[in-house]
Amino acid sequence: MSSDRFHTVVLRVENKAGVLARVAGLFARRGFNIDSLAVAPTEDDRFSRITFTVDVESAPLDQVVKQLNKLINVVEITELDPKSSVERELMIITVNVAPENRGQVMDLVRIFEAKVLNVGYDQMMLSLSGAPSRVDDFEQLLSPHGIVELQRTGRVALRRLDKIQAAPSAEES
Amino acid sequence: MKTNGGSALIASLEREGVDVVFGLPGGAILPVYDPILDSSIRHILVRHEQGAGHMAQGYAHATGRPGVLMVTSGPAATNIVTPLCDAYMDSIPLVAITGQVPYSAIGTDAFQECDTTGITMSVTKHNFLVTDAADIPQVIHDAFHIATTGRPGPVLVDIPKDIVDPNNPRSALEMYQPDGPKLPGYQPQPEPEATLIADAIELIQQAERPVIYAGGGILKARAAEALRALADAADIHVVTTLMARGAFPDDHPLCLGMPGMHGNYTAVTAMQQADLLIALGARFDDRVTGRLDGFAPEAKIIHADIDPAELNKVRRADVAIVGDSRLVIEAMVEGLAAAGPSPADRSEWRSRISGWRERFPLTYDEHVPGEGLKPQQVLEQLRDGSPEDTIVTSGVGQHQMWAAQHWTFRHPYTWINSGGLGTMGFSIPAAIGAKVGMPDRTVWAVDGDGCFQMTAQELVTAAVERIPVKVALLNNGYLGMVRQWQEMFYEERFSEVELGQAVPDYVKWAEAMGCVGIRAESPEEVEPAIAQANDIDDRPVVVEFRTEATEKVFPMVPAGKTNSDIMVHPSQEGQQR
Repeated sequence: MSSDRFHTVVLRVENKAGVLARVAGLFARRGFNIDSLAVAPTEDDRFSRITFTVDVESAPLDQVVKQLNKLINVVEITELDPKSSVERELMIITVNVAPENRGQVMDLVRIFEAKVLNVGYDQMMLSLSGAPSRVDDFEQLLSPHGIVELQRTGRVALRRLDKIQAAPSAEES
Repeated sequence: MKTNGGSALIASLEREGVDVVFGLPGGAILPVYDPILDSSIRHILVRHEQGAGHMAQGYAHATGRPGVLMVTSGPAATNIVTPLCDAYMDSIPLVAITGQVPYSAIGTDAFQECDTTGITMSVTKHNFLVTDAADIPQVIHDAFHIATTGRPGPVLVDIPKDIVDPNNPRSALEMYQPDGPKLPGYQPQPEPEATLIADAIELIQQAERPVIYAGGGILKARAAEALRALADAADIHVVTTLMARGAFPDDHPLCLGMPGMHGNYTAVTAMQQADLLIALGARFDDRVTGRLDGFAPEAKIIHADIDPAELNKVRRADVAIVGDSRLVIEAMVEGLAAAGPSPADRSEWRSRISGWRERFPLTYDEHVPGEGLKPQQVLEQLRDGSPEDTIVTSGVGQHQMWAAQHWTFRHPYTWINSGGLGTMGFSIPAAIGAKVGMPDRTVWAVDGDGCFQMTAQELVTAAVERIPVKVALLNNGYLGMVRQWQEMFYEERFSEVELGQAVPDYVKWAEAMGCVGIRAESPEEVEPAIAQANDIDDRPVVVEFRTEATEKVFPMVPAGKTNSDIMVHPSQEGQQR
């Protein structure tokens, strides 16, 4: 996924019934293509945070932001440039693993610092949280084994801290 | 004060200064209709809920105050979707109250239940589903604030029956005065940035071929006077779009009239050849621009609008200003006064414009004995026989374009039509709403026979409520604009456009509805019919003019063509462009 084409936008919205429908309805009727969407309450229970990535080839980012701003329940809009933000995504994945292949899969689990959530006779359920590109890599390397089921959360993101304060993050990829 | 949701709702409307509500009661909204009996608010009982919506629009446009409508749940709510969408497209401030099934029944497919907020989400500026009676005073206050500020628009408030029914404990509340709007995500920016005004002034000063492109936002911002000051100060010609007719007087020497698909040649061509367009409260609608990639190719753009999302949406602006049109224009007038006269030589441009005006005035063929009346001539006679400040409403189609072209609008808020959505049947209910808001003014609804048959039942409302509107029905027996397109672009293959001129009998129909019905078929009958209608002031009048079906609207920019390809009236085709 090219970072030029997909931009991450964060909305602070009023925590009211139907707000997600308003946002999603706007995307649909204005023809904005959304690649990923994550919604959850914030530290302040009056507001929720919606993080989404939009395909700016489907509509200019400027229009996306301005149209969203017209929604009365949208309180704040921030565009997060990938270079100045930290993005994370969680994936839970079940793969086919014949007993003789378990070693190979466990190597990947160790390299990616993933977690084993559940083990069956010939299947394993794994989880990985990390930068979206790293989650992509993990998924791709597992796919030859046969992916039974997977669920990704959609990316969430926060602005990177000022240089003076920022501590190096061990998880960066 | 202890009260119930229904009484609190009516009290909240009174507090917002509402004097008229257009509506029709039904099951879910019944408890709100009871306190209306004890209220100062006048309720106009419509015959179809769509009529309530368009009446509220006509009222809002004519008075500048928000229009209020109230209907029940389900089918009543779906019947107002068209006027809501119409008001959304044309930025008309409305507050619509809809009844809803009791809160506990929502989602159970109850009788007359529909997902009103879901259905109207995309055709309102905002909508509310109120779930707690205590929220009613605040929500009504917020609804009026949203509808009337920033870019105006319709707001819907959906009210479940249990929270307004005094017999239900859920309707109990302590009445209170809201402490201002509670809308953390809503902050319109009416004040323009000074640096952008300075940039605009610089472009205006340099321009040799400037045109002011005035849109409906001028009227919403009550900026007609300011616009006149700007045009006079800068000595720049003005075009007024379909939504802005009357925002600048048609008899002012700098007024070029209406641009667009059926605009006059001079307005269209001046925009097309301009080196600067000053767009004020306009949105570069496709009916104005024609094919976009060929629109005003040499023009720099100053674009001011209260809605930031309109800027750079269709055409990239060289100077994009967020702000209320009146404040923007006043700042421009001040800036121009400080800058002094423009150093640019505009004499060649002025002579170009006067040449077009001379060669390409609006025109039509003379009436041929034995044929139907010329609709343009009828409208000119109507204009000349009616008071100068007459309010004109129209439906959608040929009659709308002829009215917009041939009327001389000298005052703002004298022209009310459905521009963006193009809603047939708009005219009669809009006229009723306008007359309710402006009872001392003459209100003429210009209508076509196709439109008339969509909303004529509201003339019963007008007769019963003693709202003496007048209808000029241009009856050509066809869906005229569709007929014109089929004649010009579908090789005269007329598919499903003939309505017939004789059935229904409009005079009898008018009389059956409690109106006076008059028919004019020959040119000598036109003037007396108009005079007779203008003399009647105690009931509605319908004057049916039997017009010529083959008459077409010119000029015309065919769909998909650029404004340079404008087709003029056949008699002007040989003229040098």
